[in-house]
Amino acid sequence: MKITLKIWRQRNAKEAGKLETYQLNDVTTDMSFLEMMDILNQHLIKEGKDPVAFDHDCREGICGMCSMVINGKPHGPLKATTTCQLHMRSFKDGETITIEPFRAGAFPVIKDLSVNRGAFDRIIQAGGYISVNTGSAVDANAIPIDKITADLAMDAAECIGCGACVAACKNSSAMLFLSAKVSQFALLPQGQAERSLRVLNMVEQHDAEGFGSCTNTYACEAECPKQISVTNIARLNREYLMATSSAQVVKEKNFSM
Amino acid sequence: MQLDSKIPKGNLPDKWTSYSSSVPLVSPANKRRIDVIVIGSGLAGASAAATLGELGYNVKCFCFQDSPRRAHSIAAQGGINAAKNYQNDGDSVWRLFYDTIKGGDYRAREANVHRLAECSTHIIDQCVAQGVPFAREYGGLLANRSFGGVQVSRTFYARGQTGQQLLLGAYSALERQINAKTVEMFTRHEMLDVVLIDGKARGIIARDLVSGEIQRHGAHAVVLATGGYGNVFFLSTNAMGSNVTAAWKAHRKGSLFANPCFTQIHPTCIPVSGHFQSKLTLMSESLRNDGRVWVPKRKEDRLKNPLEIKEEDRDYYLERRYPAFGNLVPRDVASRAAKIVCDAGNSVSEKGQAVYLDFSDAIKRLGKDKIAERYGNLFDMYQRITDENPYERPMKIFPAVHYTMGGLWVDYELSTNIPGLYALGEANFSDHGANRLGASALMQGLADGYFILPVTIGSYLSKEIRTPHIDTNHPAFATAEKQVKDQINQLLNINGTKTVDEFHMELGKIMWDKCGMERTAQGLTQARKEIRALRDEFYKNVKVSGNADEFNPELEKAGRVADFLELGELMVIDALERNESCGGHFRAESVTEDGEAKRNDSEYMYVAAWQYDINNPTLVKEPLDYEVVHPSERSYK
Ligand SMILES: Cc1cc2nc3c(=O)[nH]c(=O)nc-3n(C[C@H](O)[C@H](O)[C@H](O)COP(=O)(O)OP(=O)(O)OC[C@H]3O[C@@H](n4cnc5c(N)ncnc54)[C@H](O)[C@@H]3O)c2cc1C
Ligand code: SF4
Ligand code: FES
Repeated sequence: MKITLKIWRQRNAKEAGKLETYQLNDVTTDMSFLEMMDILNQHLIKEGKDPVAFDHDCREGICGMCSMVINGKPHGPLKATTTCQLHMRSFKDGETITIEPFRAGAFPVIKDLSVNRGAFDRIIQAGGYISVNTGSAVDANAIPIDKITADLAMDAAECIGCGACVAACKNSSAMLFLSAKVSQFALLPQGQAERSLRVLNMVEQHDAEGFGSCTNTYACEAECPKQISVTNIARLNREYLMATSSAQVVKEKNFSM
Repeated sequence: MQLDSKIPKGNLPDKWTSYSSSVPLVSPANKRRIDVIVIGSGLAGASAAATLGELGYNVKCFCFQDSPRRAHSIAAQGGINAAKNYQNDGDSVWRLFYDTIKGGDYRAREANVHRLAECSTHIIDQCVAQGVPFAREYGGLLANRSFGGVQVSRTFYARGQTGQQLLLGAYSALERQINAKTVEMFTRHEMLDVVLIDGKARGIIARDLVSGEIQRHGAHAVVLATGGYGNVFFLSTNAMGSNVTAAWKAHRKGSLFANPCFTQIHPTCIPVSGHFQSKLTLMSESLRNDGRVWVPKRKEDRLKNPLEIKEEDRDYYLERRYPAFGNLVPRDVASRAAKIVCDAGNSVSEKGQAVYLDFSDAIKRLGKDKIAERYGNLFDMYQRITDENPYERPMKIFPAVHYTMGGLWVDYELSTNIPGLYALGEANFSDHGANRLGASALMQGLADGYFILPVTIGSYLSKEIRTPHIDTNHPAFATAEKQVKDQINQLLNINGTKTVDEFHMELGKIMWDKCGMERTAQGLTQARKEIRALRDEFYKNVKVSGNADEFNPELEKAGRVADFLELGELMVIDALERNESCGGHFRAESVTEDGEAKRNDSEYMYVAAWQYDINNPTLVKEPLDYEVVHPSERSYK
């Protein structure tokens, strides 16, 4: 296959970037998208040019490291598929492919297609955990959880923290990511003690990072490689409302509505 | 040099309890004054850093990914073992201990493995308390599945993403400590050397991968939880960034490297499809519960449509050779058997080597829906990669490098032979002997990090309470920093004609062909020469683009490949020295009459720990004493 690539090149966070065009003539349909990028980089290095920086690690769709906007779509054309799981057979011979980084104010570009998603870690720091020190747990089967609830919690827990939902959203909202974590713990009995403070603190951090608010366009769900459902956002909204009136929150946060 | 494994006295089942109740403690006030560096945020590193933070130590944790949640542990699929005996099928700490010792072909320490089995049950409790959504039965209790090489159901799982869920549990504990300011996290940082002062580990040199800045970090102790080195083979199921650099730098500073040649080759992976291939994808071991492995009997049939090959023209070679375990023989046995039929010319792939894993009988017996329910996500992944439908055609599979049992030598306290330097998880050599059983790596990583290191490190740190914060202006830091900078400049200035990947691929091919599933004295001797020549060429002809003071993934790779080029040679030396077949290490010279692996206990019942010397490493032997288990031939016939 012959492919024309238009790739976002940006030396670092400070300098401006622009699209550059490259030609590849030795692409095969069995190649993964990132293997195609590897080949491009090998050519660039041999020509004495700067290879394209992009994030990747597992190449199995689970680590959440890969992050490219391909022809305008985060993670490219296939539904429920990360960039690293995409293969060149999804493209036509002679096609031009445009590749850009995940764009959002809260995800500053590091170089080329690599961005800084540290904001996601800070949202988790604000409350995305159950406070249990090592060694203080009860026997695992002492907490029965019905299968339906456990499965719903697992559906939410499948989020890989890639940030495609943010890149897809016109408001750069991270509500899908945030709601997946809030839902997982709100559903489980272990998550109840910190339920109210958790959601408030995490939403507060989300806003402080500069992510926008949700206006229900559902672009996030459409582009999410793990098909995290927007019903989690509905649950988040309920959790937030309930939390603002909980006694614990009124006391701890001096919150009044 | 004498190695002291520090195994506590007493009866095997009592050793850990009596050790932990007598180990010296560090008071809360003193903990606040003690700094610990943890390199790695996988299961082992994240659980250790979080727990040390909870205990009150000042912790700094480092990883090279952009978030601790992305460590390679995230990719583990199948599950984690624990001796809970929730299924009432006769499981116990003893059985898990015994299965692991036998599965490791009697090349692991009894005391370590028993402790691992003891800790296994606490891991499940801890993870459930953190909100890890393990699979459950309708009654609300935890579900289990079984894995190769055992006869009980003791594997806990979260769909096909057990590693992800366990790591997210450890990651949330870690983020909680970051919020509590007991842990400071350094993402996109790579440790490039360990700093020793008066023979003790006192800090590290790290590179900020975004700015390129070289930094000094001091601490009372350094913990390496940096994962395995399977990527020395270039192609493996490991994440692209997995590497040996942290462990290798420690080895160069004096830490012994144990059993480097013990590599696990996993039998069911998607085969190589072209020269551009960058990594291999695992198809979970659980598939062998319902899939049957075969190749055509006649070579002429090998590329024929498999649906047209009659039953009597197929060779179900695992069922034929191992009637007792059939398709569920352990990984090392299944992998070698696939190699034998492919070497004999019966590979079913026009692109290289492959055998069939066929679900048609299971689909007939149980229906497509049942199979989809059990393996749907794996079948989808297979189809996405190969563009073939495994419900209609048998899968093509072939073995691939998956895990490394070898690693830094550690004693019972998980301390390397350098005081103050610890190694956890896949980075150490400790618990799996010559072959690891499925679902045991996750167990070991979390046992090490949550339950073992936080106890054992007290034995060292209790003697360090009078040591002030480490001064990074000490000349030892300056020297180490200069070495790191010199190496970076050296790599950037060679400006040759071959890329880092080209060298890595060549090294991988030597390793796979001569130090892979079958090893011979002749091949290993040849491999050593080839690796040395390749290493010489690397330092004359590699081309590393970009600069030192910027985000430069090519430079990161170059440093890692430089270390792989040294490790590869040590693996070959170790494989040559061990003239027996055991576990994942198969020497063609050491076989039984019917071609099976032949162990040699009288000569090789030891851990081979190597002391660094680029030209002539020294072997230090730690003899293995089996006090309780009696080693026997490992037969699955
Ligand atoms: C595809 C696959 C499936 C698997 N499935 C299973 C399974 O079902 N059950 C099971 O028990 N095991 C399984 N395993 C094995 C298991 O996943 C690993 O052995 C285990 O997760 C290793 O954990 P770890 O914490 O030791 O290291 P890793 O998870 O590899 O973490 C290493 C950490 O060290 C950091 N690091 C490394 N070098 C440096 C450096 N120089 N500077 C800074 N940071 C550094 C990395 O950033 C990372 O955070 C599987 C393995 C693979 C490849
Ligand atoms: S919700 Fe989906 S798109 Fe967003 S971070 Fe999670 S996996 Fe990625
Ligand atoms: S590289 Fe890990 S999800 Fe794509």
